[in-house]
Amino acid sequence: MAKLILSMDGLVLKEIPLRKEHMSIGRKAHNDIQIDNMAISGEHAAVVTILNDSFLEDLNSTNGTLVNGQPIKKHFLKDGDVIEFGKYKMKYLVEAVASGETSEYDKSTQFRSEPLQVVYGDRDAMTASAPQGSATAPTLPGAAIQLLSGSNAGHQLQLTKTLTTLGRRGQVAVIARRPQGYFLTHVEGSDFPLLNGQVVDAQARRLENHDVIEIAGVKMEFFLKR
Amino acid sequence: MMETNRLKGALEIVVRTDPGLVRAKNEDSVFADASHGLAILADGMGGYNAGEVASRMATTLLSSRLEAAFATTAAHETDRLTGQPFASRCLAEQIEAVNAAIYHAAEDDAKFVGMGTTLVAAVFCDDRVVVAHVGDSRLYRLRGEEFMAITHDHSFLQEQIDQGLMSAEEARYSLNRNLVTRAVGVDDKVEPEIHVYSVRAGDVYLLCSDGLYDMVDEAEIQQALETFGANLELSATQLIQMANDHGGDDNISVVVVKVLREFPVAGGGLSKLWSWLN
Repeated sequence: MAKLILSMDGLVLKEIPLRKEHMSIGRKAHNDIQIDNMAISGEHAAVVTILNDSFLEDLNSTNGTLVNGQPIKKHFLKDGDVIEFGKYKMKYLVEAVASGETSEYDKSTQFRSEPLQVVYGDRDAMTASAPQGSATAPTLPGAAIQLLSGSNAGHQLQLTKTLTTLGRRGQVAVIARRPQGYFLTHVEGSDFPLLNGQVVDAQARRLENHDVIEIAGVKMEFFLKR
Repeated sequence: MMETNRLKGALEIVVRTDPGLVRAKNEDSVFADASHGLAILADGMGGYNAGEVASRMATTLLSSRLEAAFATTAAHETDRLTGQPFASRCLAEQIEAVNAAIYHAAEDDAKFVGMGTTLVAAVFCDDRVVVAHVGDSRLYRLRGEEFMAITHDHSFLQEQIDQGLMSAEEARYSLNRNLVTRAVGVDDKVEPEIHVYSVRAGDVYLLCSDGLYDMVDEAEIQQALETFGANLELSATQLIQMANDHGGDDNISVVVVKVLREFPVAGGGLSKLWSWLN
């Protein structure tokens, strides 16, 4: 599934899967993707997705929409296209997040404290139009871990094996790949890993897209490839 | 015996048994006692609850009989007749007795006719492990990066492979893979296979029923044991989970034994010299 990576000043703010056929972008709260900034029009633009193809349309916004630096009215999105609304950028990706795209995540957490609001629209409507989950998905989507801190920040680790070990000797956690999803478990060491800031023990915890794991002081992000 | 228990703190053992996702009953049975260096696993067969009865009889009778015997004669003591550790002869005798008990129970009660069980038993003593098995339950050993089955199945399939009639790959898809050529309790005689192996600190032993290895690749079993080496509970959980994630067609049982340190008999060199001189 294609997705949009919203960023500002090179900092990633949000990853937005294009689950709905029609996704509106604008300042007002009713939009599927709300960007609460005065430079953005109330109803700024829309992305229409039909099967594997996505089209971007500017809805006569005050400040316009650029794709790869050029103003557009209607545009057929290609993998890697960069959409701009004022200071905000959105990268259109067909497959996984490109390496390095989210490597400055640490800084973005600081940024988040500013009054910026990025929200999804009607979650129920989105899931209803594109059923997801183990009951309907016959195959498990691929997944990877991207290191967010430490000397290897930006590196990705593909979770292709049944078991993937994280951490170093004496301080180990494991991600088990199962038909139902990916599960994180603490294996050894006195410091327990953190999952979104919460301690994980020997009780396996199912990982959700964009969960942040911290092991032995190193932060990493789990993401699914849709 | 006045000597202190050499095995104290030498072994860590975790047992786990699970009915799987398809069978209504669990006909597997497991037993382990780290302080006596004992691990036993049985996979029963037979109608009604006969399979459960046979496997339960095998683990409970064999464990109590072995512990009683080792209380009198230490498992590691060299047997005068065979030159093997006493545990070897003791296992042969006690499995014979357990076989008779199950066989007679089946004769006495129509419900239990034809019941039987596989059996794999490991006795750890004096830096060695004495392994007895009947049927297709297995003992695997992980030593360093080497993972291998120590037991050789007594199954129709394994015989076909041994005779070159079938490749191991073809065997995975054979319909006859659950036919065993030897079992405990089905005949008035039983023929256990018994061998002695040296043990090293760091070794991990896995006793398991076919519900595990029929569902999970050996490479995956090895990976689970390596990955969770520091946490046996998790390795056992992972093994059962993998078998169920692959369908859980049969009951799944595992006994995971980790050798934390060596456990030589008292006096080390001196007693070894003594037993050698004798």
